[in-house]
Amino acid sequence: MSKIQRILIQFCAVAAFFLIWKGYVTLNDVSPLVLPPPEMVLVALVKLLKTPDTYYHLYITLSECLGGFAFAIVFGTVIGQLLGRSPMLDTIFKPFVIALQVTPKVALIPLFILWFGFGIESKIIVSAVLAFFPVFANSYLGAKSVDRGLAEVFLVGKASHSRRFRLLVIPSSLPYILTGMEMSIVLAIIGAVVAEFVAGTRGLGYLATVKLQELEVDTLFAVVILLALIGFTLYFAVGSLRKVLIPWHESASSVQL
Amino acid sequence: MVDQQVSLPGDVVNLYDVSKRFESKSGAVQALEGINQSIHAGEFVAIVGPSGCGKSTLLRILCGLESPSGGRVQWGGNGHDEPRRGVAFQDHRLLPWLNIEQNVALTKLMRSRASDADMEKARRLCELVGLTGFEKSTPAQLSGGMKQRASVARALYTDPALLMLDEPFGALDALTREKITADTEQIWMKAGFAALLITHSISEAVHLADRVIVMSPRPGRIVAEFKIDLPRPRTSVLGSPEFGRLCAEIRSKLEH
Repeated sequence: MSKIQRILIQFCAVAAFFLIWKGYVTLNDVSPLVLPPPEMVLVALVKLLKTPDTYYHLYITLSECLGGFAFAIVFGTVIGQLLGRSPMLDTIFKPFVIALQVTPKVALIPLFILWFGFGIESKIIVSAVLAFFPVFANSYLGAKSVDRGLAEVFLVGKASHSRRFRLLVIPSSLPYILTGMEMSIVLAIIGAVVAEFVAGTRGLGYLATVKLQELEVDTLFAVVILLALIGFTLYFAVGSLRKVLIPWHESASSVQL
Repeated sequence: MVDQQVSLPGDVVNLYDVSKRFESKSGAVQALEGINQSIHAGEFVAIVGPSGCGKSTLLRILCGLESPSGGRVQWGGNGHDEPRRGVAFQDHRLLPWLNIEQNVALTKLMRSRASDADMEKARRLCELVGLTGFEKSTPAQLSGGMKQRASVARALYTDPALLMLDEPFGALDALTREKITADTEQIWMKAGFAALLITHSISEAVHLADRVIVMSPRPGRIVAEFKIDLPRPRTSVLGSPEFGRLCAEIRSKLEH
């Protein structure tokens, strides 16, 4: 399939989606309070984008999720590498890490708010906690997946620990860590928005709850679309890191919609 | 432990009654038994034998990747310095994230930063093995034969007293293999290091080696040894009756 064909097909699919939406709303006479027609959402979106306040909320939500994402990358990568390389640390800490993963972390949001307040800090923490695991799990896997043959070359050459880490372990783990990051960025956004739902005073998640209370369902939809656009942008930004960081890896050439 | 026994001058490495036993849940395997050998400076030795005869285990012991269960490996030199050895494996084992000259200089890079002189040396080695123009390419951009050439260049980077080749040309097509074998002979004739080639191919062994050692499996031990006195370079005698006779003789030792 050529690139033009693919774009054409995807465009038609999206257009069909909006037509079905419009058709459903019109034929069944659905109240705009329940499901506004697409053109109403579009108008609301344009209005939303013209409101200066929106950008303040956008800035807050972005800060929260990128802050949380940054924490997730640092802690996920480091802890993953440590546990992946040291059987002792692995044995000690694995139960805690698994417990963290299986706990419904969203239920802990009130606790985080108690600890870190209603400000941006608690949202960053929620976002980080949600985004941590994929980076950790993939970093862990990456540390364990260093090619045996290449490791032997470093053994024969009596490599120093630091050089081995830089030349072998990090490059071997990067494709895994980037896969984890792709999953994490989405979770980081979810974390920030859900935290705002629960205890926000600003941010797009907070804005959505306000619009729902004001029964501006079309604007609510517009906020959700805005959030989706942020998700798309960040997801592809992280995905295109592959081309920069691991151009030698097969996955670097497969980033496309 | 102080080694009392001193190796003969001119020997790169001596093996005294080396044996290797692998213990596993399903039982023990005697991979090597009673290996007594010396490799002299500048000598080209080939080891042939069927799969499982322990020839790769022997190479791994010489690399320091395995330690012998019995016997002793005595390296030449003053006994204090790290033995200068280079190894090219069957799979090229180049790092995909480094370019060719960086891969060639890896032995240096894995210990410290590389100076301009180090990289210059890597480029000279690229030229030596016939990779001029590909210094900045990545391994993925190279053909199988070229990757093996790079792997040999990397092994040569340490100026080895002993170059070990673990079936490095085994996965290549016949034509590429012949060319790379001939080039290896040329490089060896120029440089004067000792070489140890592990191979399945009798003709490759006869083409390259001064001495061909035949091993048999379970337990892996040496069953025969042939001195090859054909004139070098041997590209011209590859089709000669003498070459054929030596191959046939070695094959007969392998089969029994």
